[in-house]
Amino acid sequence: MLIFCLKLIASQKFTDKRIGYLGAMLLLDERQDVHLLMTNCIKNDLNHSTQYVQGLALCTLGCMGSSEMCRDLAGEVEKLLKTSNSYLRKKAALCAVHVIRKVPELMEMFLPATRNLLNEKNHGVLHTSVVLLTEMCERSPDMLAHFRKVSLVPQLVRILKNLIMSGYSPEHDVSGISDPFLQVRILRLLRILGRNDDDSSEAMNDILAQVATNTETSKNVGNAILYETVLTIMDIKSESGLRVLAINILGRFLLNNDKNIRYVALTSLLKTVQTDHNAVQRHRSTIVDCLKDLDVSIKRRAMELSFALVNGNNVRGMMKELLYFLDSCEPEFKADCASGIFLAAEKYAPSKRWHIDTVMRVLTMAGSYVRDDAVPSLIQLITNSVEMHAYTVQRLYKAILGDYSQQPLVQVAAWCIGEYGDLLVSGQCEEEPPIQVTEDEVLDILESILISNMSASVTRGYALTAIMKLSTRFTCNVNRVKKVVSIYSSSIDVELQQRAVEYNALFKKYDHMRPALLERMPVMEKVTINGPTEIVQSNGETESAVLETKPPPSGLQPVSQASDLLDLLGGSDITPVIPTAPTSKPDSTGGELLDLLGDLNLTGSPVSAPVPQIAQPPFLLDGLPSQPLFSDIAAGIPSITAYNKNGLKIDFTFERSNTNPSVTLITIQASNSTELDMTDFVFQAAVPKTFQLQLLSPSSSVIPAFNSGTITQVIKVLNPQKQQLRMRIKLTYNHKGSAIQDLAEVNNFPSQSWQ
Amino acid sequence: MWKIHFILLFSRQGKLRLQKWYTTLPDKEKKKIVREIVQIILSRNQKTSSFVDWKDLKLVYKRYASLYFCCAIEDQDNELLTLEIVHRYVELLDRYFGNVCELDIIFNFEKAYFILDEFIIGGEVQETSKRSAVKAIEDSDMLQETVEEYMNKPAF
Repeated sequence: MLIFCLKLIASQKFTDKRIGYLGAMLLLDERQDVHLLMTNCIKNDLNHSTQYVQGLALCTLGCMGSSEMCRDLAGEVEKLLKTSNSYLRKKAALCAVHVIRKVPELMEMFLPATRNLLNEKNHGVLHTSVVLLTEMCERSPDMLAHFRKVSLVPQLVRILKNLIMSGYSPEHDVSGISDPFLQVRILRLLRILGRNDDDSSEAMNDILAQVATNTETSKNVGNAILYETVLTIMDIKSESGLRVLAINILGRFLLNNDKNIRYVALTSLLKTVQTDHNAVQRHRSTIVDCLKDLDVSIKRRAMELSFALVNGNNVRGMMKELLYFLDSCEPEFKADCASGIFLAAEKYAPSKRWHIDTVMRVLTMAGSYVRDDAVPSLIQLITNSVEMHAYTVQRLYKAILGDYSQQPLVQVAAWCIGEYGDLLVSGQCEEEPPIQVTEDEVLDILESILISNMSASVTRGYALTAIMKLSTRFTCNVNRVKKVVSIYSSSIDVELQQRAVEYNALFKKYDHMRPALLERMPVMEKVTINGPTEIVQSNGETESAVLETKPPPSGLQPVSQASDLLDLLGGSDITPVIPTAPTSKPDSTGGELLDLLGDLNLTGSPVSAPVPQIAQPPFLLDGLPSQPLFSDIAAGIPSITAYNKNGLKIDFTFERSNTNPSVTLITIQASNSTELDMTDFVFQAAVPKTFQLQLLSPSSSVIPAFNSGTITQVIKVLNPQKQQLRMRIKLTYNHKGSAIQDLAEVNNFPSQSWQ
Repeated sequence: MWKIHFILLFSRQGKLRLQKWYTTLPDKEKKKIVREIVQIILSRNQKTSSFVDWKDLKLVYKRYASLYFCCAIEDQDNELLTLEIVHRYVELLDRYFGNVCELDIIFNFEKAYFILDEFIIGGEVQETSKRSAVKAIEDSDMLQETVEEYMNKPAF
């Protein structure tokens, strides 16, 4: 079949050629070798005496020519680009575009031919020339600069003006507009030329204003031109009056009956909302109306735009609309919408009660679509709203009473009930009439969650721990709790079994510690969100981690923390959960550290990677930098200066627990005595194989000059074999404009820190 | 880069009448894409817009009588203009065939391709004049040999 096409192409008969080329375009693609055989045919046909044959060749080359073909035939194309035959010239221009796309290095050779391309009267040539110039300017900043210099902008402006002002031309007319295709392409090229260039932008200012105000908007074609104009205005350095004009056009688009126009308006507004926020705000109510549109794409854009427009002033109204939207929208939107609402509520909540209410509404409406990582942040939010605890736990209790299938909702509810169950039972709610709930009823529901098939493993974990916590908060049901706990110590689910066994041990051997261990969580300091995408509140996870002796296995935290935390809780004979689970975090930069550890004989043994500064993983100690970490601190271990060079001094202070001697907590303090700040400071450490190390997040990455401030960071070292502590450290930072890196060994650990 | 990636024409029953690809893809891939897109578009109802986000492209489609015309354009391309491009193609077909209908395209599919190739090359519009495009096809038609000429003319 393919060879047959070739035969046809090579034939003298026009009919054959026509079909042969069609076959080639339809059946062949670049991957086949027959392609190369075609090159010769095409070459001959490019020089044929009949323009329609030449046209066939140009068209085929321009649609599916491979890079090799393009290389071989670029010269021919370039020749035809200079012909006076406009039929061929326009095809050659698009062929050149294809060549450039396939073989960008060849772009230069077409430059001379472009010199008088725009002097043509023929619209086909004009259009394809503009396409060619656009391609060149887009690909090469040099070309762009060149074309700006040779006054391309005024030339284009002239052509555009002629199009608009000229009388009716039946050949190119579309609903009263002259050659809209050409107009749009010119506008697009102007956009590229005007971008980041004041002079060019100024030169096109008038024509843009003219097009924007004079184009007929009754038909799609006029709107297509207006749309392109708006995009151009927003992208170049236009004066503010023009920008406002553009946004108003978009605003009018939003009111248009035609869905397509509304769609296009929303897309553009989304692009401009960052830069022209106030102007877009004026159209907020129209945008919110679009949330009720039937078209999925329009709804999505309206939703994104709505979130972008929420601010402190309109948050109540907007949230109402968005909650209504959440309730009625398609499932594909619910997760994003829920996340967006949480984020906006976080930023702009007018009151704590409102915030909690909003969160609850989302949980109840779209509970199963809420992202897993939102659960910890919600828990943290609830913890912080101290005065709302009773209200919150009551509402959550009511929410899951009828239906406990929505996992995130159930998880948050279980956690709260475990924490504040006493408030629930004693009916202390002030915000709304307190409900009558007995301890048994509460335990009933927690047990149902445990038993239910709908509950995920994570959820069960939450429930079990909650039940455990209630053993100290409830007065009459300790035995019931004990029973539940002992049942689950033979659960098939390893996670649950582990918890149950540990809680069992707590009852049997350490009952005197139980109240202290299961105490109410302290209020965590709020960590502000870093960016629009980060909803996860690190501290929320930490909370769960401290109380649950094992973190939820949904991988919210590296499991290694569990072992350390277990130790913190006063240790005991409970088998510490030594990470059989991977301690190596997937994003571990252990590779670098391993370089440090040459003679310390580490072989890929996971040393905790230093925390990357962008993501703030959840650590226990965020927000509590200065509190002592143990309730029973071993008496004063002398601090040491671990490093002191080039003005950078790093001191180590130590803390150990009498009850758990394998853990040493080292707090490093880095100070800078030079006259310039040290920025992007990163501290990394490596220890011998028998140790385990964990670096928590530093307080910052800048050490101010003149010792005016310090960076603190905590290192947890697990040293079960009580070996002598040694450490190799690596420091990287920027100072006086250059990047500095240093390695050092710390050998002067006092014996009290490890013996 | 702005260009049309491919154009598909299909009936309301999902039968493909024309496919023009301006990017290189293996055959299997093309078939898969066609199936997917036909399904997406046929399941859209009247109340929706003419634009569908699909992978990293946008599909612009419009129904003319029993045929769906679908163009895949880049994300930053002007959707409204693409609608005009589709409309222009239909007008060209109409001018050539005279009151074009689906049957014309079924039985003269090669002409439909020829007309498309006079309008668009490499995913970009080459001619904005209705008259010129159709004239080029008609002139080319004249060049085609009659049966007698065809039989008598040597191939090489």
